[in-house]
Amino acid sequence: MIAELGLAALWLAAALAALQLIAGFLSIRHPTGELAQLVRPAAIVQGVLCAFAFGVLLWLFAVTDLSVKLVATNSHSMKPMIFKLSGAWGNHEGSMLLWITVMAMAGGLIALVERRLPEKTMLATLGAQAFVGLGFYAFLLLSSNPFERLPMPATEGLGLNPLLQDIGLAFHPPTLYFGYVGLSVAFSFAVGAMLTRQVTPEFARAMRPWVLGAWVFLTVGITAGSYWAYYELGWGGWWFWDPVENASLMPWLAATALLHSASVLAARDALRAWTIMLGVIAFSMSMLGTFLVRSGILTSVHAFAVDPQRGSFILILLTIYIGGALALFALRAGSVAEGERFTTASREGALVFNNVMLCAILGVVLMGTLYPLVTEAFDVRVSVGPPYFNPVGAIFTFPMLAVMAVGPLLHWRRDKLARVRTPLILVGLVTLTVLVLVLALYDTGILPLLGLAFAAGLAIASFLPLRGRNLRLVPVATWGMVVAHFGIAVALFGMASETAFNKERLAAVQAGGTTDVGPWSVTLAGVEPVAGPNWTAIEARLLASYDGGEPIVLGPQARSFWAPIQETNESVLATRWNGQLYAVIGNQGEDGRWQLRLWWKPWVTLIWYGGLLVALGGTLALVGRVLEDLKRRRVRTRMAERRREARA
Amino acid sequence: MRWWWIPLGLFALFVGLAGYQLSQPKEEFVRSTMIGKTLPAFALEPAFDGLPGASDADLRDGKPRLLNVWASWCLPCIAEAPYLEQLRASGVEIVGIAIRDRPEDVAEFLARHGNPYTRIGADDLSEVMLGIGSQGVPETFVIDGKGTITYQHMGDIRASDVPVLLEELRKAGA
Repeated sequence: MIAELGLAALWLAAALAALQLIAGFLSIRHPTGELAQLVRPAAIVQGVLCAFAFGVLLWLFAVTDLSVKLVATNSHSMKPMIFKLSGAWGNHEGSMLLWITVMAMAGGLIALVERRLPEKTMLATLGAQAFVGLGFYAFLLLSSNPFERLPMPATEGLGLNPLLQDIGLAFHPPTLYFGYVGLSVAFSFAVGAMLTRQVTPEFARAMRPWVLGAWVFLTVGITAGSYWAYYELGWGGWWFWDPVENASLMPWLAATALLHSASVLAARDALRAWTIMLGVIAFSMSMLGTFLVRSGILTSVHAFAVDPQRGSFILILLTIYIGGALALFALRAGSVAEGERFTTASREGALVFNNVMLCAILGVVLMGTLYPLVTEAFDVRVSVGPPYFNPVGAIFTFPMLAVMAVGPLLHWRRDKLARVRTPLILVGLVTLTVLVLVLALYDTGILPLLGLAFAAGLAIASFLPLRGRNLRLVPVATWGMVVAHFGIAVALFGMASETAFNKERLAAVQAGGTTDVGPWSVTLAGVEPVAGPNWTAIEARLLASYDGGEPIVLGPQARSFWAPIQETNESVLATRWNGQLYAVIGNQGEDGRWQLRLWWKPWVTLIWYGGLLVALGGTLALVGRVLEDLKRRRVRTRMAERRREARA
Repeated sequence: MRWWWIPLGLFALFVGLAGYQLSQPKEEFVRSTMIGKTLPAFALEPAFDGLPGASDADLRDGKPRLLNVWASWCLPCIAEAPYLEQLRASGVEIVGIAIRDRPEDVAEFLARHGNPYTRIGADDLSEVMLGIGSQGVPETFVIDGKGTITYQHMGDIRASDVPVLLEELRKAGA
């Protein structure tokens, strides 16, 4: 009965989306008509119904209702509660429901709080949001019903992929989804503005918090996903250029560009067409990623729910939404005037340059991801990896980093580089010093070398916009930019350092034997069996000592799960302020020695601290913008009151 | 024509390509690269007391055979048991390789679901399994009398697969 309630709520929500679509688009010409009155309530109730349906699914997983097919195939009564709940979205149907829920709730939120847009753009935006939503409702209800019952209740569930039984991964997909779906709001805004031809600074200001929010979630999601892959998969790397990873990186790149071009539009009424296009592209990348992950069209280590039929469905949705929006863009871009002019050496100029570089990097990643698809059409199987992505991406990344250091120092509209000569020389000197030092002291490749040098330069440069200002008067949004840019520098330093100074040791060690990696000496004290709630494992007892210091005990495991049967490696990490020791236990050889795989990764944690700093910066910017808006709104109300008083 | 048509054009290209790829039949499994090649050398202990173990030499005495990779803990292996029985009844010799199994479990499985095998080797570390390019249980290989792998069947054998396997065995010289 409960499952049927969830399904009914979903159908009702879909019907409301249809109403919202029709009423929204029909009343664009008559924004004060009766039909227009329906749009906001429809969006709000739709959000509530979806939240209810998702709550129902969580409940079914919490009580392990094995008469529901999705629960029986993805859960197990013996699982810890947190993984029962995360099982709700750790599969195709549940994650689609999460997707539509976040989307509907975002639509409801726009209807509730958005007051800046002209009413007809608002109606067009909610109509577009409903249009996109309807496709996903159709997908969910017609081909991936999460509430489907089994003819006979199962006696026990099949379990959740053990790789997914990890606290990090339980929360990683929802985080990314908030990001993907937040971009659907930007998409709807862009479509709405194109339909009513009202691409104004007000529009950019209305869209910006949504983009910022989505971007923060994407940043956290990617950072967490990278750390999860790093410690859970046991291969010691943090980025693989896997299609699924790229699927999350591409919307991030587009959203980063969108964020900056929306700022130009908001502040200076320039880059109108470009901002609109990025709004369309950013969400296109979210959908494209979904398509690549679920259609099975590309081979990936973590693609899931591979099904060509679902793939066709998403491809049709893609064609309608993205194709439609891009066609609309092509038709309307001409009538959206380009806005204010600016010179090359200006804040806008720098932002445009970085926008172009970000788009170029996006192009590089997109091409690398889709290239196997092209060659497969000619029956050649290839996989594109770091040898392509790293150097080709770097061609655009380093110029972008350089301009990123300069841009925030420039004035809007028109400036001279000569005015910022002193700080530029300072940044240049820092960069050059690090470059020379690393070159002299270490033998490393060109990319990590440049990475270390640019990271140092950017770290200094990111604080320069605060120079000579009263720190208490600096707007919160500016602090956000400073922190986010500094975060990029920190993450870059981590990546470059991990690549440049990484030490690896693969050893076969007898119990009692010792091996070393970098400054660490590691002794294998023993190996013993251990058991968990739904797995058994062998656990090694390692005594690891850094530079002859006090040893710490580490216990890497090789786990065997039995529902479903799968073996995983639980690596262990010893984190110090200057890096991480990474240990994995392998098989026992015939001579009784155990395979031990060890890495010493100096500064590697900076990658993820940097990512979190970037997200923190985004959050600060978001808070700052919202505060500014509230202040502006208060001032406007007060002015209106005063005017009214004066008239009376 | 202005630049703003370019994104639509690129997108159309992508849709065409993706649509074409989706309409293509998809290889669901990774085929063994060992097809057409000689078996690697191996010698496996008996998986239980009832039957002798298996080695590559047993498979190059001139008579084509099936090499069946299975395990007592594998559910599809139960499903294919009757068809293996059917193949044995048609005069096919089947050599089994039991993956990560225990003697008592093997004996119990054979007692319950029938024993179509002439030999069963115990592959406790999946070494032979990986050596012949098998990625899961059950899987069945056709080996001609000279120890060459001529055909690979992935997953459980169903009724419709029996004639195919018999035909492959005939082609291999039975």
